[in-house]
Amino acid sequence: MRIEADLDLCQGHAMCELEAPDVFEVPRRGKVRVLDPEPGDERRDEVAAAVRYCPTRALRMEA
Amino acid sequence: MTIPIVSGGPDHLEELRHDPIALMRRVRDECGDVGEFRIGGRRVVQLTGAEANEFFFRAPDEDLDQAEAYPFMTPIFGEGVVFDATPEQRREALHNQALKGSFLKGHAATIAAEVARMVADWGDEGEIDLLDWFAELTIYTSSACLIGRRIRDQLDRRFAELYHDLERGTDAIAYVDPYAPIESFRRRDEARAALVRLVQQIMDGRDPHPPRADRDLLDVLLSIREPDGTPRFSADQVTGMFISMMFAGHHTSSGTAAWTLIELLRNPDVLRDVTAELDGLYADGRDVSFQALRAIPRLEAAVKEALRLHPPLILVLRVAQRELEVLGHRIERGTMVGCSLAVSNRIPEDFPDPDAFRPERYAAPREEDLLHRWTWVPFGAGRHRCVGANFAMIQLKAIFSVLLRDWEFELAQPPGTYRNDHSKMVVQLARPCVVRYRRRR
Repeated sequence: MRIEADLDLCQGHAMCELEAPDVFEVPRRGKVRVLDPEPGDERRDEVAAAVRYCPTRALRMEA
Repeated sequence: MTIPIVSGGPDHLEELRHDPIALMRRVRDECGDVGEFRIGGRRVVQLTGAEANEFFFRAPDEDLDQAEAYPFMTPIFGEGVVFDATPEQRREALHNQALKGSFLKGHAATIAAEVARMVADWGDEGEIDLLDWFAELTIYTSSACLIGRRIRDQLDRRFAELYHDLERGTDAIAYVDPYAPIESFRRRDEARAALVRLVQQIMDGRDPHPPRADRDLLDVLLSIREPDGTPRFSADQVTGMFISMMFAGHHTSSGTAAWTLIELLRNPDVLRDVTAELDGLYADGRDVSFQALRAIPRLEAAVKEALRLHPPLILVLRVAQRELEVLGHRIERGTMVGCSLAVSNRIPEDFPDPDAFRPERYAAPREEDLLHRWTWVPFGAGRHRCVGANFAMIQLKAIFSVLLRDWEFELAQPPGTYRNDHSKMVVQLARPCVVRYRRRR
């Protein structure tokens, strides 16, 4: 699984960090940092939730 | 390339005030993805379709700014609130603490309790006006969740009625003069003054030194003082803040709840499936606050389809801050640029059978909302996509979890007679909009 973040769209709401804290980090007033762009399958559910709850639809998950 | 102008001119303000959907559709039919209409002599470039919409929704505030695009909001919010603020201040304010994920479970419980409180006096059967009922409910839910429990407990029907007058004070004539001498603006200004008096009463009743643990937003605002000891915020300013905190989530959620119910009643097969889904999920007696945060796929699909067909915002606007180019067309600085959500949501190439209520379009593998992320835009898209979208969906799931568990509904008028009133920029259900309810056995 690969994660892509569209930094044009990210507004730093940090919903992803709440869903998958080991994969995403959002500094105060900053944009998302993907800590682990290719996380293992055991993180699939939480990453899917992060993608889904991103208010600006800035995250994508592939395969 | 010159941007083509839609027929029916030279000016389209009157048409925008009476049948904006027909105007925006004609722009797309005659001009395509990029077309122009005029309001009060000002040019408005209308964008629809995936490519033009992506341009619109990706644009930073430095290119397309909201501030000057909504002149009808300043008399409602007051000076210095929301659209009077700079883009940086707005970006900061967008990070609304109350919408953070960790608060959502509490909000779901609050909303379920507000619905229960509203149906407490329903008896076994009766009728409700959908506009009145959902507008009142969402005043309580949005004030309780977004401002605070103690403020909510001091509000009643009267607050909901005044708030409704504010929302009705959004005639597009504001593009010519936000203070034009018309009835709806007079009522808007009276309603705002009455709300300020209500908030002043609430402020006067507050303990000047509340126990630390009980302090809410209003206590904090009241505790902020100027160097000479006078209060920093007047009742007028506090009212403006409260109005603005509730505005984006009020008429939008209220209208969507009403349209979801109307569409479910117009489509009995879908209603049967949704009711069965909820009965199955809640058979074990679990809490609404638990389930509303989790998937309820059939109900969610029905809500999404109600949103696609009846988006609460039909047109979102910006003003070009510099010369821009979209699909080979040049947009001059100072031009208004709008994205028509209502028209984009029904583009037949993206949404087959576009005028029909088809919740199955959201099931895998179709997932038309995800597949067409620049044209399925009831919440907008991109940088300024609605920050309350998750809250809204949880709210709607909580509302229908309670309503459909205990009550059956039926239309009280012919199905085709439910429609929106488009005479104001804030779209609301037109009356009559009555449904009957009966307690489930």
